[in-house]
Amino acid sequence: MDRGNPPVKGRGLASRILQGDIKAASRLMRDIDDEVEGTVEELKLLYPRTGNAYVIGITGPPGVGKSTLVDRMIELLRKEGKTVGVVAVDPTSPFSGGAILGDRIRMQRHSTDDGVFIRSLATRGQLGGLSRSTHDVVKVLDAMGKDVIIIETVGVGQDEVEIARAADTSIVVLVPGLGDEIQAIKAGILEIGDIFVINKCEQEGADRLENELRLMLEMGSKRPDGWVPPIYRTEAIKGEGIKELLEGVWRHRETLLEGEGHKRHLRERARAELLEIIQAEVMRRLLEGLGEELERMVEEVASRRKDPYTLAEEVLERFLCQGTKSKG
Amino acid sequence: MERKIRVLIAKPGLDGHDRGAKVIARALRDAGFEVIYTGIRQTPEQIANAALQEGVDVVGLSCLSGAHNQLFPRVVELLREKGAGDVLVIGGGIIPYDDIPRLKEAGIEEVFQPGTPIEEIVNYIRKRMEERRKEG
Repeated sequence: MDRGNPPVKGRGLASRILQGDIKAASRLMRDIDDEVEGTVEELKLLYPRTGNAYVIGITGPPGVGKSTLVDRMIELLRKEGKTVGVVAVDPTSPFSGGAILGDRIRMQRHSTDDGVFIRSLATRGQLGGLSRSTHDVVKVLDAMGKDVIIIETVGVGQDEVEIARAADTSIVVLVPGLGDEIQAIKAGILEIGDIFVINKCEQEGADRLENELRLMLEMGSKRPDGWVPPIYRTEAIKGEGIKELLEGVWRHRETLLEGEGHKRHLRERARAELLEIIQAEVMRRLLEGLGEELERMVEEVASRRKDPYTLAEEVLERFLCQGTKSKG
Repeated sequence: MERKIRVLIAKPGLDGHDRGAKVIARALRDAGFEVIYTGIRQTPEQIANAALQEGVDVVGLSCLSGAHNQLFPRVVELLREKGAGDVLVIGGGIIPYDDIPRLKEAGIEEVFQPGTPIEEIVNYIRKRMEERRKEG
């Protein structure tokens, strides 16, 4: 909610976006990120025009060259005549609430290309808000008619994993010599990677990394669609291996589109998205309804006069039973 | 939720010295702003497009090469052309005092000289953003 600007309903952003207005798209993304009231109305209008873009997620530890890889992928996709949207997510500082978003540096040469739209997002550390706003920004790019949308995230937290999960094809990027690289990716990322990339493959240890990775992938459970995640070697800085990587992406898409896999994927995604929106909205309305009372409850728990379980039950009974007042 | 202040820090021109720009970026982050840094040797077109796509409130230009008289006004011009004339454009770097009036006339709303305390820049941006929000 922007206290300075009273919310204006139906600002017509959606229709302007559909007419190709870049400024309107950028503005709506800002409203999504700032959680401005009335944004949902615009998204409702855009929704019927989404679902056409192919979404690629790229994740991996800091410093493995994700942004450079994305830059090269944009280059190639543009040569193939495809328009590209990029959402680059970087962490918000937990101390100041600020962020430096630097992924764009590597992709800036595409700034003047009308077929490319790059947006940096900070995680902002809200309750489940990160993936929601990312998904909504992706929807805007989708409605803008971008053929391919790339989401770049640092693969260290659960939120990032969730974002990648929402992609049609998830790419996990690693480099040789990270030390415990395999350790770092054990927790969940191995399962979500549809494709693995060993970037900076000219460095020592690429063979070992590939062997370890292959071993771990073989140990993992078989995927229902029979897809075996391939491992590609790239040297993004020189643009090497990118063509093969993209071919891998399209092969994965084919597998996805064949048979039941795609339907299941779409259903899973729809379920996750619906639950996420419900969760965020319930939380928002609850907190709004509680207002100042929340702090009093916190005080009661902190001073151990009451237990949090009873209070939580009381809150839920009060709000869920009477039905949350609709607003916004 | 309050609107975050989003700032693009950009270095137009050919000099490769971005220490100052990076220090500013850090300081603005520590002030709670979201800072997009686009690196060195940017053309005004790249900067204006990045500002547009990123939906920033502020563009901070840093130039040490002496080409500020051409590059800074060009960024403002392009932003206006693209319908983003509402973005606050400020500048810094090695800017002779005599050039400042001309830059301000061209739409660079403030120019910060070397040695400006970073707090001053932060406060300036905060103040301007508050004013704008009140205006609606």
